[in-house]
Amino acid sequence: MGKTFSKPEALSDKHTHYCPGCTHGIIHRLVAEVIDELGIKGRTVGIAPVGCAVLAYNYFTFDFQEAAHGRAPAMATGIKRVRPDLIVFTYQGDGDLASIGMGEIIHAANRGEKFTTIFVNNAVYGMTGGQMAPTTMLGQRTTTSPFGRKVEECGMPIKMAELLSALETPGYITRQSVIKPKYIVRAKKAVKKAFQYQLEGRCFSLVEVVSTCPTNWGLTPVQAIKWAEETLLPYYKLGEFKTPE
Amino acid sequence: MGKILMKGNEAIGEAAIRAGCLNYFAYPITPQSEVAEYLSRRMPEVGGVFLQGESEVAVSYMLFGASACGARVFTTSSSPGISLMSEGISYIAGAQCPAVFVNIMRGGPGLGGILPSQADYFQSTKGGGHGDYRLLVMAPASVQEAVEMVMLAFPLAEKYRNPVMLLGDGLIGQMMEPVEFPDHLKSEPTNKDEWATNGMDTRGSNKRNLVKSLFLDAGKLNEHNLMLKAKYDRMKQEEIRYELYNIESDYKALIVSYGTMSRVCKTSIDNMKDEGLEVGMVRPQTLFPFPEKAIYEAASKESCKVVVSIEMSMGQMVEDVERSVKGKLPVRWYGKCGGDVPTPEEVIEAVKSFL
Amino acid sequence: MQSEVMFAGFGGQGILLIGKILAHTAMEEGFEVAWIPSYGPEMRGGTAYCTVVISDRPIGSPIIRNPMHLVAMNRPSLEKFAPMVKPGGVILINSSLIPIRSQRSDVDELIVPVNDIAKELGNVRAANIVALAAFVARSKVVDFDLMKESVKKEFAKKPKFIPLNMEAIEQGRKAAIHNE
Repeated sequence: MGKTFSKPEALSDKHTHYCPGCTHGIIHRLVAEVIDELGIKGRTVGIAPVGCAVLAYNYFTFDFQEAAHGRAPAMATGIKRVRPDLIVFTYQGDGDLASIGMGEIIHAANRGEKFTTIFVNNAVYGMTGGQMAPTTMLGQRTTTSPFGRKVEECGMPIKMAELLSALETPGYITRQSVIKPKYIVRAKKAVKKAFQYQLEGRCFSLVEVVSTCPTNWGLTPVQAIKWAEETLLPYYKLGEFKTPE
Repeated sequence: MGKILMKGNEAIGEAAIRAGCLNYFAYPITPQSEVAEYLSRRMPEVGGVFLQGESEVAVSYMLFGASACGARVFTTSSSPGISLMSEGISYIAGAQCPAVFVNIMRGGPGLGGILPSQADYFQSTKGGGHGDYRLLVMAPASVQEAVEMVMLAFPLAEKYRNPVMLLGDGLIGQMMEPVEFPDHLKSEPTNKDEWATNGMDTRGSNKRNLVKSLFLDAGKLNEHNLMLKAKYDRMKQEEIRYELYNIESDYKALIVSYGTMSRVCKTSIDNMKDEGLEVGMVRPQTLFPFPEKAIYEAASKESCKVVVSIEMSMGQMVEDVERSVKGKLPVRWYGKCGGDVPTPEEVIEAVKSFL
Repeated sequence: MQSEVMFAGFGGQGILLIGKILAHTAMEEGFEVAWIPSYGPEMRGGTAYCTVVISDRPIGSPIIRNPMHLVAMNRPSLEKFAPMVKPGGVILINSSLIPIRSQRSDVDELIVPVNDIAKELGNVRAANIVALAAFVARSKVVDFDLMKESVKKEFAKKPKFIPLNMEAIEQGRKAAIHNE
């Protein structure tokens, strides 16, 4: 019997630093598989964020840049403007993209910059230790919302996919998840589609991925999946919000 | 090619193109918006990239991304905009990417004013952003010199893989003077395959490149900083530039002044000479590295009684002048801030008051 | 030898342009030149002024508090800058818009109704060129014919305005001589 399962070439041998039950590893793998399948490793440049994925560059085997907090879309813009032939993606968390980097992502999307963003939404700041994010749910307790997020104080959790879809500029905006195998299959298709739009020079593409953070949610990995399904998915609805067609 | 009459801001834009830099990202701010206006028309003519970013913060990272994949890049701004770019400048210096920043200074702090100033001396030579980094800082005193320094800035940025700052003031940007563009300063970009994230296929390599400024290991970060320091030390050996004025006379006072202010001082020195009072001047053309030795030597002249740092700030460069003079002579400061450039008469009065 | 000329008036009167033409002419004649504008919010419809420094050696201070000459296109400019002109300089007063005089006895006052002259030529926008020509004819800071060539170059992309401006130059010259 031959080999039926192997590591994508775009993924390195390094063990990740991610916590047990974290879904970053799955998302990394989806990106790597797509890059392998499209045969674009040699002309891809990834941009790592500040956040849990700050070391993402260690887990891939192609060129990588590391951004300041929230600025990855501006860096990607710089690359694509001077080297439109390179395939560029940013990999960003919710603090990075939806808080400090809100300006950069909106303007990059609105200019229709032809790169791809993988936006991992787990409703909390991970690396800094579980503080409230713009995507934190109402009532959700974090280290900076110990009594639960309140709408009067912090507003409603930001739905980035919907917000970016409101821009008139054509783009591909979708929200996926990786908390169940069926979602993973769909998420991979979306990631591939996003890269394909870029390869065709079509438009800006963003795949929001609803994810888990058992450590900072104070749950076991199994409880975290259950919480994500019951709390996050009804609010952060999965699906395609915008296609360039 | 003969001389053409050109506004400083436009000449700076044209000089960059002639230095082979075809990538410009910027955000408008007075008194340098003419650079962006000029290049928005000019870049398409030469097949270059012009992009107006959403903020100076974003612009600094557009430069970072583009530079990190091997492109020649530059931007122009003015004081408050440079403050915003300082975050990106720190990352670019940390990640060792070449990039050219032009600061056409206006008065501060805060919104300050829009008139000429030299109040960003500390910002550009001592930091601005966080961390132990330095910029190579050049200060032009005329439109012609701005052109030459812009064209020199790109090869220097690439030589050191470090951001270079051109520190002008509102007057350099707004003034029109005859300029001649030297063709011979054009240099080819250096081979960046060793480090640039230009795609493995581009450089025909299986080894991936990584551009980053993160070193979580204390020992490695220290090593990184030592390597950066070695670059800055090398700049001090190889890149100091300055001009001496009336230095052969038996001057009683030595002026240290740069940029627009130094031109005013030249007029003052000429006028004092006519009155029989000799005054010399060292004009730093690079502010970092600073011409410490030249100033020390000039201050060592027997006839010289006082050294005066004259700047359009409340006394910033004077600290470097004091450091250079090493207590040999009294060091005084004269200056104005806010856009009211001191007149030659005011400079004369100040110099005389210190004698 | 250095002379400085200040051009001042309302924004929109073409003040900066005639300064530029003078600077260009001086450069063509082989002089060192610097053109220094006022810049900022006052540009937008308020007062506009620029200074042109012409010298036979490298120009030191570009900041001029006391210009040799003044071309005043409106009243506030005359009131503000006339006291600063060096003795012996030329002060051109646009008498179409300025009912007063410089109150200086130590300068060469040149009174020209530049707007009226331009209107007679059919376009008031040529008033600045009338003023420039009158000033150059009187002060002789640059060669008159070279200045004429610079005007042609300036309007090279809008050639239909060249005949009007050539006529404006001629009328400006006549006004300067007539005034002598």
